Amino acid sequence: MIWRALGYRAAQAGVVAFLVGVLTFLMMQALPGDMAFRIAAGRYGYDMVTADAAAAVRAELGLDRPAWAAFMVWLGDLGRLDLGVSVISGRPVWDEIRHQMGASLHLAGAALLLSALIGPPLGILAGLRAGGWLDRGLLVLSSGLRAVPQFLMGLILIVLVSIQLSWLPAAGHGRAEHIILPALTLALGLAAVSARMARDAMAGVAARPFYAFGRWKGLSEGQMLRRHGLRNIGVAMVTFLSLQFVMLVEGVVVVESIFGWPGIGHALVHAIFGRDVPMVQGTALLLGLGFVALNALTDLLTRLIDPREIRA
Amino acid sequence: MSLSDATLTPPAARGPTPAQWAGGAILLLVLGFAWGAPLLVPADPLRQDLMRGLAGPDAAAPLGYDHLGRSLMARLAAALRLSLSIAGVAVLLAGVLGTGLGVLAAWRGGWVDRALVLLADSVLALPGLLMVLIIGVIISNTPLAFAIGLTLVLWIEFFRLTRATAARLLAAPGVQASRLLGFGPGYVFRRHLWPDLAPMLLTVAAFGAATAIMLIAALGFVSVGIRAPRPELGQMMVELLPYYREAPMALFLPVIAIFLTILALNLLAQGRRP
Repeated sequence: MIWRALGYRAAQAGVVAFLVGVLTFLMMQALPGDMAFRIAAGRYGYDMVTADAAAAVRAELGLDRPAWAAFMVWLGDLGRLDLGVSVISGRPVWDEIRHQMGASLHLAGAALLLSALIGPPLGILAGLRAGGWLDRGLLVLSSGLRAVPQFLMGLILIVLVSIQLSWLPAAGHGRAEHIILPALTLALGLAAVSARMARDAMAGVAARPFYAFGRWKGLSEGQMLRRHGLRNIGVAMVTFLSLQFVMLVEGVVVVESIFGWPGIGHALVHAIFGRDVPMVQGTALLLGLGFVALNALTDLLTRLIDPREIRA
Repeated sequence: MSLSDATLTPPAARGPTPAQWAGGAILLLVLGFAWGAPLLVPADPLRQDLMRGLAGPDAAAPLGYDHLGRSLMARLAAALRLSLSIAGVAVLLAGVLGTGLGVLAAWRGGWVDRALVLLADSVLALPGLLMVLIIGVIISNTPLAFAIGLTLVLWIEFFRLTRATAARLLAAPGVQASRLLGFGPGYVFRRHLWPDLAPMLLTVAAFGAATAIMLIAALGFVSVGIRAPRPELGQMMVELLPYYREAPMALFLPVIAIFLTILALNLLAQGRRP
């Protein structure tokens, strides 16, 4: 049942929020030194920290409560989706995140689009002629690409395209050409995997009796692919898409940091650096809940493509 | 073995594939270098000799020197030892935890099963990088934090696979017969579950180790991982990147090391296709 699946996703979202709450609370408790002094230093600069400033911060953020009481307040705030203010910039976490979210979605969307143009078409072509030269060449290529971590791919592209050929800027944000390298870095990693998936799914469908029958009754290859191929590999590809989101989110964190792209991942790394716990909590919550939401979406999409009840 | 045994378990093709042989060979090579290099040419990976900055190979440093005149061979070997050790510990812990919980979920079923699946799915929603970074703040010892954080990330794959496989195997008539004969859970696990689980666990372990090594290097690369001066592959690349025109080989070394390690693990993970 579709409602059952969505109910499960709702429960999952709840557990994700709880886990984020516990982890970030532990993180807050584990910070060395006096929290109030650290935050004051982050806000006013190291030269301007005085006992008065620290006391003001302590009173403002309620840092003198016992641990369990603080945890209850922490979870309560989280439950009301009150993420508080960034301890470094002093601005509400929601505002900061909303700003970065746009940049991240922009980059992730471009990467997904680019990988969808590279990966699945190649995989489908290879799968239609399983064992052919394209299939074997693609296997070697995707095995090689999969052994290159995303940060390394970014490094290689920067060295080749930006430094050696000076075609594109190595980092930055704002002009159109800034998105090409980071998006390509993400897309190549995604395409290496999605090409293999599409190839396996397509080879499986092409080997089925109904495919042979279709060819036998005189449908052209293009007709076969459109009428009988694409929809049958659709479920596998959409399910796989939800797995790609994991890779994408991980990749966004690293790739944004390398290329200086002002998105969620970049903010997360900086928040970890500055021990800005509310920002870490906000970004973690957003990434986790976003993942759950996308999974719920793929649940719906799978049912749309294949209305038969498939229980894996 | 009686006839019924033979019909119940079809003889699967056993033994490593060519890809697995190749992967194993490359991995042995990497392991041999990581642990053998200090025996061949003893050198301190932290000892600087600024007069030799970016100098070419000599007897004391067969792979040359980095920008601070430290032996690249010693640093590369130390970095590989660190990454491989953390990955090994994390995969082992995750394997024990994930397999144990997976069998438990399949065995008990009911709310235990549902709760564990919900937990695993929820942890999966949190990016692995994030988990490792947060644990890194909670526990100040970085290698230990990496091992624990990676364990918390990697157990899920072991859990999901073990649960799915064990649920299928436990419903088979062989297990029923064993239970009727009064054999305990230990016997059922060893005789009925382990033979089918082991090859799949190897695949998950190899992928998990590759993930771990990539994550450690990625965090080193964006400077939130293992802290300098302790050598680490990603961090070495960042350090050597500014000198890439003067010493391309120095930058190339950690790159090729990580490529070969991950390639070897990926090849090792490719079992026989059904």
